[in-house]
Amino acid sequence: MRRTTGRLLRGLALLSTLALGATACGGSDDDSGQKAVSAGDIQTALKKGGTVNVWAWEPTLKSVAADFEKKYPKVKINLVSERSGDKHYTALSNAISAEKGVPDVAQVEYFALGQYALTKGLTDLAPFGADKLASKYSPGPWNAVSEDKAVYGLPMDAGPMALFYNKKIFDKYKVAVPTTWDEYVEAARKLHKADPKVFIAADAGDAGLTTSLLWQAGARPYKVDGTNVEINFADPAAKKYTDTWQKLIDGKLLAPINGWTDDWYKGLGDGTLATLPSGAWMPANFVTGVPQAKGDWRAAPMPAWTKGDKASTENGGSSLTLPALGKNKELAYAFVKYANAEDGVQTRVKQGAFPATTADLQSTEFQNTKFDYFGGQQANKIFAESAANVADDWSYLPFQQYANSIFNDTVGKAYISGTKLTAGLKAWQDASIKYGKEQGFTVK
Amino acid sequence: MSTPVTTASPAAPAGTGGPGKSAPRLRGPRRYSVNRPKRSVLLTVMISLLVIYTVVPLIWLAINATKTQSGLADSSGLWFAHDFALWDNIRDTFTYDDGVFTRWLLNTLLYVVLGAGGATLLAVLGGYALAKFDFPGKRGIFAMVIGAVAVPGTALAVPTFLMFSKMGLTDTPWAVIIPSLVSPFGLYLMWVFATEAIPTELLEAARIDGAGEARTFFTVSLPLLAPGIVTVLLFTTVATWNNYFLPLIMLKDSDWYPLTLGLSVWNSQAETIGGQVIYNLVITGSLLTIVPLIAAFLLLQKYWQSGLAAGSVKE
Repeated sequence: MRRTTGRLLRGLALLSTLALGATACGGSDDDSGQKAVSAGDIQTALKKGGTVNVWAWEPTLKSVAADFEKKYPKVKINLVSERSGDKHYTALSNAISAEKGVPDVAQVEYFALGQYALTKGLTDLAPFGADKLASKYSPGPWNAVSEDKAVYGLPMDAGPMALFYNKKIFDKYKVAVPTTWDEYVEAARKLHKADPKVFIAADAGDAGLTTSLLWQAGARPYKVDGTNVEINFADPAAKKYTDTWQKLIDGKLLAPINGWTDDWYKGLGDGTLATLPSGAWMPANFVTGVPQAKGDWRAAPMPAWTKGDKASTENGGSSLTLPALGKNKELAYAFVKYANAEDGVQTRVKQGAFPATTADLQSTEFQNTKFDYFGGQQANKIFAESAANVADDWSYLPFQQYANSIFNDTVGKAYISGTKLTAGLKAWQDASIKYGKEQGFTVK
Repeated sequence: MSTPVTTASPAAPAGTGGPGKSAPRLRGPRRYSVNRPKRSVLLTVMISLLVIYTVVPLIWLAINATKTQSGLADSSGLWFAHDFALWDNIRDTFTYDDGVFTRWLLNTLLYVVLGAGGATLLAVLGGYALAKFDFPGKRGIFAMVIGAVAVPGTALAVPTFLMFSKMGLTDTPWAVIIPSLVSPFGLYLMWVFATEAIPTELLEAARIDGAGEARTFFTVSLPLLAPGIVTVLLFTTVATWNNYFLPLIMLKDSDWYPLTLGLSVWNSQAETIGGQVIYNLVITGSLLTIVPLIAAFLLLQKYWQSGLAAGSVKE
């Protein structure tokens, strides 16, 4: 997904992950006897006022915070907008383990939620009434934030996947836009043959993309039940993915460019990259990052693993959570609810965010929005349909952040050497199991 | 410390010329001196390579600061794009995100004035005392200072963070300023400089005339130390201006970021979902960030050179 530079930082992130993991299985004091917080309690708190410290990188939250302060003049939202990815989690984990400077609200991506929830780092929002909001959200995001009866955050955005493709390139070489992954491999061959500079996509090994594609193919490599974890990349559904992707790798049809780099943005602009399988949040990055290719790109549904199958998948997306050690919980919850379930959603959608709330996804205004960048296409229709077709029984590891950090050392080898993708995934599986056991999980 | 130390080199080839009386020459007598050394093709080539190596990134920066976001991707890195957007870029750099760039610039200035200024003050006082006063334990201090010069500040950043975290100083400007106040290299340089630049006889004369230590220091010694002070000030200013790692781990609140961190935040927007990609502003911002440093170097060049050469020649 996101790449962050700075080796020292990566080291730090790792250290803190280790530290976090170590505390994971220490205490098992169960504080399920949390008291319910009524709507009246929250109203009283809002009238009394106070400050809420928010750590989040989502750019649209800035105006949401301003609106919230206008509505509740006694409340001050101290938004520390900071860097995404590893750096954010390093800081959050450090603050939690130091029990100092923990924010009242923190943005946490879906893949990292399990880790913080399991270590009791987050407040259960069900006593605040969050469990009653389930019907507001698409199944994928809601499944990601809830576990049994507990709710660890409110979904902020979602990343139902779509296939973005450079129409100019496909038209130029008279290649049909693929609707299945087999056609995708065919298109990759045709385009690369017509112009050796053109690649079907950029992929130099990306844990987020791989897990998303496995999710779509129906594979469920991670089974998590409390501290019992099962990891298995060898089921038949996973084979569909490895067979196809191995063809792309063997044919050297994928450009060896890492996502989110300047090379990548350049490739999206100059026709080197013909497609981009990505989350529905991608348009905003297209508009500012690749302005020179305005009008060239379109969105299409993700290619299917078997013809006619509509199953989709998610990539990215994040929630707002209340760290357990944060203060002013009532105010913090009020803000999170405002931003992710009430008026804030509209504000954010207007600024290009992709909502996780079904009402907004289904609204005609949203669906009829024309994207100038995509030549006037009503791309939200495709995204909304994708969101509805995401299977909701996927789970990430409770130590996914660590697992993703070793992806390039294991699966990444398949991209640069003779190692087969299946062998790479097996190595990833083994390394993840080993780490899980070291952290005290029961891993199979 | 990537400063060119080329000023010291002309002394080397001087010996090869020698006095003109012995060797007969075809094109009339030609004397080589320190100011007119013999030309060496090898040295010229090596220096040219070094110049290219140091100047090309700067040229790249200056050229690319004139491009828009799409121009950056469309054009060759070492030549201009079709549209010249330098002024727009500069304006956008200062206005983007409610003018946060100005805030970062002021932060950097604050850290430089208090951090580098304070470091220089301490180095001058300490260096002078170590050079001109005798007291027990001086050798031990010498060993400690030399040892401290060898430890990179980056290695101390994490322990310092843990200490400051206990003291509740992290995420405040003090977390950046206080560690910047210590400059072992500056102290060492001041020490050597003071030893050479202030004749002990002069101090004795001042004392005999009845001047107190403070007065001797301020009226007699300080003017003599001026070139050294400027050198140390430049060193510490560069170190504080370019400081990245320390503020990175100390500061959370972007309102206290210096330019180095701020620019990296802008750069990382491209890696963020929904983030605006503003490589053009990152590049223009970087150019604007180095302008004050270049200006400081050009203006203070004279002191800088004489300061560096101090101690290299025994008089």
